Amino acid sequence: MAAKKAAKKPNVSGETLTKYYREMLLIRRFEEKAGQLYGMGLIGGFCHLYIGQEAVVVGLEAAAEEGDKRITSYRDHGHMLACGMEANGVMAELTGREGGYSKGKGGSMHMFSKEKHFYGGHGIVGAQVPLGAGLAFADKYKGNGRVTFTYFGDGAANQGQVYETFNMAALWDLPVIFVIENNQYAMGTSQKRSTSSPDIYTRGAAFGIPGETVDGMDVLAVKEAGDKAVMHCRSGKGPYILEVKTYRYRGHSMSDPAKYRTREEVQRVREERDPIERVREMLLTGKHASEDDLKAIDKEIKAIVNESAEFAKTSPEPALEELWTDIYADAHPAAEV
Amino acid sequence: MAIEILMPALSPTMEEGTLAKWLVKEGDSVSSGDIIAEIETDKATMEFEAVDEGVIGSILIAEGSEGVKVNTAIATLLEDGEEAGAAVASSPAAAAPAPVAASAPVAATPTTTPAPVANVEPDWPEGTEVKQQTVREAIRDAMAEEMRGSDDVFLMGEEVAEYQGAYKISQGLLDEFGAKRVIDTPITEHGFAGIAVGASFGGLRPIVEFMTFNFAMQAIDHIINSAAKTLYMSGGQMGAPMVFRGPNGAAARVGAQHSHDYAAWYAQIPGLKVVMPYSASDAKGLLKTAIRDPNPVIFLENEILYGRSFEVPVMDDFTVPFGKARIWREGSDVTIVSFGIGMTYALEAADRLAEEGISAEVIDLRTLRPIDYDTVLASVMKTNRCVTVEEGFPVGSIGNHLSATIMERAFDYLDAPVINCAGKDVPMPYAANLEKLALITTDEVVTAVKQVTYR
Repeated sequence: MAAKKAAKKPNVSGETLTKYYREMLLIRRFEEKAGQLYGMGLIGGFCHLYIGQEAVVVGLEAAAEEGDKRITSYRDHGHMLACGMEANGVMAELTGREGGYSKGKGGSMHMFSKEKHFYGGHGIVGAQVPLGAGLAFADKYKGNGRVTFTYFGDGAANQGQVYETFNMAALWDLPVIFVIENNQYAMGTSQKRSTSSPDIYTRGAAFGIPGETVDGMDVLAVKEAGDKAVMHCRSGKGPYILEVKTYRYRGHSMSDPAKYRTREEVQRVREERDPIERVREMLLTGKHASEDDLKAIDKEIKAIVNESAEFAKTSPEPALEELWTDIYADAHPAAEV
Repeated sequence: MAIEILMPALSPTMEEGTLAKWLVKEGDSVSSGDIIAEIETDKATMEFEAVDEGVIGSILIAEGSEGVKVNTAIATLLEDGEEAGAAVASSPAAAAPAPVAASAPVAATPTTTPAPVANVEPDWPEGTEVKQQTVREAIRDAMAEEMRGSDDVFLMGEEVAEYQGAYKISQGLLDEFGAKRVIDTPITEHGFAGIAVGASFGGLRPIVEFMTFNFAMQAIDHIINSAAKTLYMSGGQMGAPMVFRGPNGAAARVGAQHSHDYAAWYAQIPGLKVVMPYSASDAKGLLKTAIRDPNPVIFLENEILYGRSFEVPVMDDFTVPFGKARIWREGSDVTIVSFGIGMTYALEAADRLAEEGISAEVIDLRTLRPIDYDTVLASVMKTNRCVTVEEGFPVGSIGNHLSATIMERAFDYLDAPVINCAGKDVPMPYAANLEKLALITTDEVVTAVKQVTYR
């Protein structure tokens, strides 16, 4: 299947477009703020920003229903915000504070929310793929009709466990959507230099898993593809692969000088394909919103993000006793093991 | 108010850097994402982007400046309509509480250590009927009973269903529980271990059978990074209640890649519990406890022990708690500590030593995480001598760890250095004579005991 043309007239209400705009903008502004706090030394270690890829999670979350699950890699802030986790809790985890989703013990790469069915936040490239299929296994076992969105990148697509998982997911008809977020770089190695065949979505064919590719800079195209994938999985037909062509504007992590691509390449994508600009234009040309309306949204998002930064700075560091908690689920005294 | 642009930290370790080049000058308009400067860090030269839109007010640090500390103001950014001389907003970094660089050390062990007391409660009430059962049957019964008890428990692994188990452990389970709950997997340890961990996140209680723990090395990333650490990484929100089980250690003449004992490896990992039973009653009682445990449990079996018979109590629901060693034989001259198949050599050695008038106390640890230190220490304080016995490699062994613990907590009680009897520090050879040399033997245990008792 070839990449979808975005020329089709969108049959979407202004309200829906505004929702997408707001959600994508929240991720972008949040990530910019995270980059800023990293620069100030308030966020430590590794910090992988999602800027540029916002349409992927916003489009797919729009296709999800209450109770559906999601799991992803370490580039996870966007996924958390898109599934409704609080900006405050995410930002405070980035700063390693008590108010963070993991009480400051997980960090940027390891956050979870049982309430929002977000299962992490995994730092080993590709490990979330069988874990996601396992979540789908549990749902199928219980017969509850849920699907799991399992996100991974073009880099992870070369891990062996992905194909072990494709095999079992197809064999057992697991309700899992494998979302390959192809941002074209596995850290600093371009897809051309790492991947023998450019069409990763076709790799499911060997296992009988249908796949398609979609423009990940177009939130409406992502939503439409997501609907189709969800319908396939929910109707008991087994797994589905969506290869979403996207682009990250920032380096792999904060300490990546990004010398493996030109500034012009990044600038071109920003100018020509930016997912937020695209919706902004639709809103304006379709007369769904005025410049002033959008400015008001910008202001509102800025306030949420600033508040999260303030919360993340003022939330205390975890109590020292927290070093010894959450190692075992029962009252097992860890220090005595 | 103008905003200060601060010298950024651009790597996890950066404290200062060189402002290599300014790409903007005073009066230039910038928007979010524009590259405004190049900064050399300890790792690389990085581009530094504007995070807000505005006009560059004044450049405070000239290009080429070295050793610019992180968070130093390097320029000011004016918002709409501001003049270059605008008052500078107080730096957000300065307003933020500085992260505490070094936290006060937390005591690793309790400051007062109570005197160790051996845990000698019997595993089942006196007078309970017992029957002879093999370790193999005991493991199967434990799984069957727990699967009857909860629909969330299921078994997956290679050849566990239609083949009835590569070592016939799961015999009959497919018939009783059906293909939904007794699941044959493809030969794909990394993948199915990951799927099982995911299923445990999703609320099920998987039992994963590895045909041998040597193959679990393919899956060790999921056992440790995904199963053992998630509870901690999620701040207690979710973990992996599940069991990984299968034969571990040497069988007979199966060579270097099928004979490795991993007990010490897994025992090192916080977040895992590690069980290595010797007898059939322990295999049954501990496996039932493992399946009910809300944490990931490594359950290490042994192919040679599968066929051995032991007394097993006839009880509706027989369980053995974790962290409680079993004293198989009381003695006064030396403490022999072992677990799993090592117990075979420990008990044989004790018999032979008795003939020579040496009274050995033999302790089976049964679980390696948690370890019942108190029972070991109480015994060593009584006998003043200790020999440890295990099949695994000698470097970083369970015996090494126990020796250190005994030295720390019972040094004054020791009349001789603790000796660790372990497998030899070589890959397992195939030749029958060499394999025999590589494995621990009863003779070696007897010799070690004589050494510590100066006989």
